[in-house]
Amino acid sequence: MQPVPEQAGVLATGTRSFASRLLPRYAQGNVADRSYALALGAFGLAIPVLFAFIVVRVGVASWPAIQRFGLGFVGGTTWDPVAGQFGALPFIFGTLASSLLALLIAVPLSIGLAIFLTELAPRWLAAPIAFGTELLAAIPSVVYGLWAIFVLVPWLRSSIQEPVANAIGDKVGLFAGPAYGSSIMAGGVILAIMIVPFISAVSREVLAAVPVAQREAALALGATRWEMTWQVVLPYAVPGIIGAIILGLGRALGETMAITMVIGNRAEVATSLFAPGATMASVLANEFAEASDDLHLAALMSIGLLLFGITIVVNSVARFLVWRVSLRGGK
Amino acid sequence: MTAPQHAAPLDPLSFRDRRRRISSRVWLALTGVAAALTVLPLLLIFFHLLRAGLGSLNPEFFTSVPAPVGQPGGGVGNGVLGTFLLVGLAGAMGLPVAIGAGVYLAEAEGGPMANGIRFITDVMNGIPSIVIGIFVWAWVVVAMGGFSAFAGGVALAIMLLPMVTRTTEEMVRLVPREMKEGALALGFTRWRTTLGVVLPAARSGILTGVLIALARIAGETAPLLFTAFGNPFWSAGLGEPIAALPVQIFQYAISPFEEQHKQAWAASLLLIALVLAMNLAARFLIRSPYRSR
Amino acid sequence: MQDTTVQASVQRASALPLNEAAMPTETPTQAPAELAIRADDFSFWYGGTRALNDITLEMPQKQVTALIGPSGCGKSTFLRSINRMNDLIPGIRHDGDITLRGESVYRTGLDVVQLRKRVGMVFQKSNPFPKSIYENVAYGARVNGLAKGRRALDELVEHSLKQAALWDEVSDRLDRSALGLSGGQQQRLCIARALAVQPEVLLMDEPASALDPIATQKIEELIYELKDQYTIVIVTHNMQQAARVSDYTAFFYMGSLVEMGRTNTLFTNPREERTEAYITGRFG
Repeated sequence: MQPVPEQAGVLATGTRSFASRLLPRYAQGNVADRSYALALGAFGLAIPVLFAFIVVRVGVASWPAIQRFGLGFVGGTTWDPVAGQFGALPFIFGTLASSLLALLIAVPLSIGLAIFLTELAPRWLAAPIAFGTELLAAIPSVVYGLWAIFVLVPWLRSSIQEPVANAIGDKVGLFAGPAYGSSIMAGGVILAIMIVPFISAVSREVLAAVPVAQREAALALGATRWEMTWQVVLPYAVPGIIGAIILGLGRALGETMAITMVIGNRAEVATSLFAPGATMASVLANEFAEASDDLHLAALMSIGLLLFGITIVVNSVARFLVWRVSLRGGK
Repeated sequence: MTAPQHAAPLDPLSFRDRRRRISSRVWLALTGVAAALTVLPLLLIFFHLLRAGLGSLNPEFFTSVPAPVGQPGGGVGNGVLGTFLLVGLAGAMGLPVAIGAGVYLAEAEGGPMANGIRFITDVMNGIPSIVIGIFVWAWVVVAMGGFSAFAGGVALAIMLLPMVTRTTEEMVRLVPREMKEGALALGFTRWRTTLGVVLPAARSGILTGVLIALARIAGETAPLLFTAFGNPFWSAGLGEPIAALPVQIFQYAISPFEEQHKQAWAASLLLIALVLAMNLAARFLIRSPYRSR
Repeated sequence: MQDTTVQASVQRASALPLNEAAMPTETPTQAPAELAIRADDFSFWYGGTRALNDITLEMPQKQVTALIGPSGCGKSTFLRSINRMNDLIPGIRHDGDITLRGESVYRTGLDVVQLRKRVGMVFQKSNPFPKSIYENVAYGARVNGLAKGRRALDELVEHSLKQAALWDEVSDRLDRSALGLSGGQQQRLCIARALAVQPEVLLMDEPASALDPIATQKIEELIYELKDQYTIVIVTHNMQQAARVSDYTAFFYMGSLVEMGRTNTLFTNPREERTEAYITGRFG
């Protein structure tokens, strides 16, 4: 096919160049519209370009460390800036442990809250609680951290960690003392508090979208309210709820300030829930400003890259699941 | 098999059914407990904020810079100003691009290019703020030779970008098709339709999204740690380090001095008031016919 | 005068022995214990709006009673009051009573779960669960503990599907998703599901309104066969359908019960002028 000569107002047929494929079809006529479409396209492209730039820049900065330690970096347990030994495992462990603990606490609470708000609460109660949840989502991370340092951690230490450690700490390694207060557990708890609003907000939407007809069908068959909720409504909403949970996980993984302030900042793989640890985000917050030599810096950059990669994967999975649910909701 | 004749009256319940009824009530009550447990931290946080912070709120607190380390008095005036400056800077840099990108996505609708950009935008929404911080450090701070307000603004702008892009897209999409088609049918060019008809219609929704995003970045600390860095004095200029309220809170919180802890609480009160004010303004002051309530 | 179409429908479909032709009264003369459902001065409000006015109505056992009337006349509201599905809506209020075989359905302390075991419901738009055909039918029975053991459950599922005239079509794919069935099949599945709970009464809210004529006919034939074992109350906006399947018909208008009686009598010789106006198509 011969390429059609460029004429304003003539519909282009035949082979389309890459640029014209980028632009909406209407832009191929009018000059003003074409420049408008190009400008819009430029704005749109700014985001992926920036994204690529971030990946490249952080990647380049990490290179010295990657070159030096290779894949062993991920498995290395020693983090010693003075000696020039860098291994990321303590931070990967801390991140995963605190996030998992956060999920363990937050998921039942969030789903319970979502069920309460959609199925049970009368309007006069549901509105303020929903508003309260939104408030929780708006509180800056550093304020959570402040409260956690001075209120949550001391309470955790004296009311939970010390008694439990004294009682079963010797037998159950997970709860071994000494009870520091600032610990993986504290990190998990504050993270849980922070991600509950997100998980429950999405869960609530998903639950509310379950068709009334499904609920009526269950009730008309003689199911109790709980049976209806647990056996019919929840299963219907499961894909969306899983998406919500993974979104919450993504949030927890990237959380920095609050967790830096309560996790104790010890660059070792913690052996007990009550022991201090560190996360990928917290080590960056703590050490980056004072990173002395280039290797230290590169190692930190590598951790940043790793964190970046993990959150990308988790968030993508979450988006995909939520997107799948929105397709299904068209029933 | 014929339908059984239920000779028994509607009551009494069999053991099994009684158990089902109790079980239903118990589980539903537990969801109420879950709800209470999730709201509890909110109440506690506000309680402690007020108790520990109210006392330190005085005019001096708003207007002066921090006192020398360990000394009483002083305030977070420079932090408040810094926060405003940084948010303004971020907005100036990020909003035009974000709104433009949002309009692009709304107009392009489908297609692999737009879908790809949309996906990347969503992914960027999830980037840990500290990663953005170290990126901007590597890109701007190193190039400029030092920490600066400008770098802080860039970091916050990068955080702002994906947020506002998505909300803008959603709001523009909400504008009824008929409005756009009406203008086009009258012979308006595409760009005139968008800028003159569609955007004004979506204006309040977009503004809401912008305010909420600005409130979000006003509370961010991590991206500023290695860019704006903080400054115990009033800002000297865009090329110099600058204080910000969240950063000051962080520094005070981890310091060993009781006096600074008290100021951290007070500064938190201030920050929350600021963030909440922006959020509430977004929701209640801006009314739009297209927003679903 | 009489609408010949309706009259013809009545005569065509009516296979009932008409020894009641000599009966002057409109309500069935049966001993109260034989009545399945009775409403006494039953009124109903949605918030401030009154939807039902002092309905007094008796629906006899093992007969099909049709509730007809124009849109918004309250017939569905009334139907849903029988098994208290309206409880789901906030702000509702009622006055008067509805009794099931002499016992009040609104008695304080009554467990609605028990009520709904005995009064089943089929909805206007079929609403099968996104589970397998087997699981759909088995759900109610499982939850209410009606079948002990896998064998008993299998038998119950098979029997219910046969009662709903669906067994032959699905017996070889019981564990496939119910959502893969056609609209008419899904509705019959919902009927099977309701029957599996072994109720006495089956309430049907415009069960065929979303279906094509052939599927509708299958449902109507089904109703006719189920009549032997179950008391059926069916809401329909289709007068011909009411004439075809029901023994008794009640005409609702603007929240009130206008007239109730034997179906052929109501359609061929209605007492009230409004009834006649409706069935001859002058409004509605």
